[in-house]
Amino acid sequence: MAVGLEHFLILSAILFSIGLYGALAKRNAIVILMSVELMLNAVNISLVAFWRYVAPALMTGQVFVIFVMVLAAAEVVVGLAIIISIYRSRETVDVEQIDLMKW
Amino acid sequence: MEIGITIAFWVLAAVIIGAALAVVLLRNIFHAAIFLVLCFFTVAGIFIILSADFLAGAQVLIYVGAIGVLIIFAIMLTRETQRGNPSGRLRLPALIVGLLFLITMVAVVVSTNWNVVAEIPEPTISSLAQALFSKENGFVLAFEIAAVLLLAAIIGAIVLVREK
Repeated sequence: MAVGLEHFLILSAILFSIGLYGALAKRNAIVILMSVELMLNAVNISLVAFWRYVAPALMTGQVFVIFVMVLAAAEVVVGLAIIISIYRSRETVDVEQIDLMKW
Repeated sequence: MEIGITIAFWVLAAVIIGAALAVVLLRNIFHAAIFLVLCFFTVAGIFIILSADFLAGAQVLIYVGAIGVLIIFAIMLTRETQRGNPSGRLRLPALIVGLLFLITMVAVVVSTNWNVVAEIPEPTISSLAQALFSKENGFVLAFEIAAVLLLAAIIGAIVLVREK
C-alpha cells in the first residue's frame, strides 16, 4: 500500500500525543522542554505533509515550518536559561518543587 | 521508487515513535536526550521522503546541531541525572489526555476527505526563497521580526544566566 497523506498525519498525531503526555506527566523541567520540542516536530511533519500532498505549488507550508524552527530555537534558548537560573537559586529542576508563584 | 519510499516511511516512523517513547519513558535523562536527537534526525529523513530538501538540511542543522547540543549542555549543568526521570502526580490524567487527543486526531484524519494533488514537486530551494522574499505575498516582515526575536532571545538568555 502506497504511503499517503494520512500516514504522515497519523505519525504526526502519535508523535504529538507522546510529547503531550511527556509535557504533562514529567517532573523534570528539561524533560518537559524536550517533550515540547517533540510536539513542535510533530506539527512540522504535518505542515510539510500538507504542503507535499495538498498544495505543492504554494510554498507557504514550508515557510511556516521555517518560522516554527526559528521559534523553537528561541524558545529552547530562553527556556533552558530560565531552568539554569532556577537551578542556581533553588538547586532543583523539579517542577513540583518550583512553586514560588503558586497561590 | 514507490516501494523504496514506502519501506523508508515505515522504518523511519518506527524509529521516530520508538525514540519519542524512549524520551518520555527512560529513567536516565541523558539517554533520553540522546534519543531526542535520534528522533530529530529521523524527522529529517521524513522531510526527505516528503521531498522537502532544504527543510531536511535545516532540521539537521538547527535541531540536531543546535537544540540537541543545548539540551545536553543543560542536563550536564543541572546534574539532575542521578534523580532519574520520575513522573508527577498528573501521570494518569496526562495519559488519558494524550490518548484522547490521539483518538480524536486519528478519527479526524481518517474521516476527512483530503483534496490530494498528485504532483511531485521540483527541488524546492529556489521556490522556497521566492515564497519567503517575494515583494507581493512574501514573508519579509515576518522574516525581519524573526531576526529581532532571535536577538531578543540571545540577550534574554545572557541576562538570565549571567553571574550576578
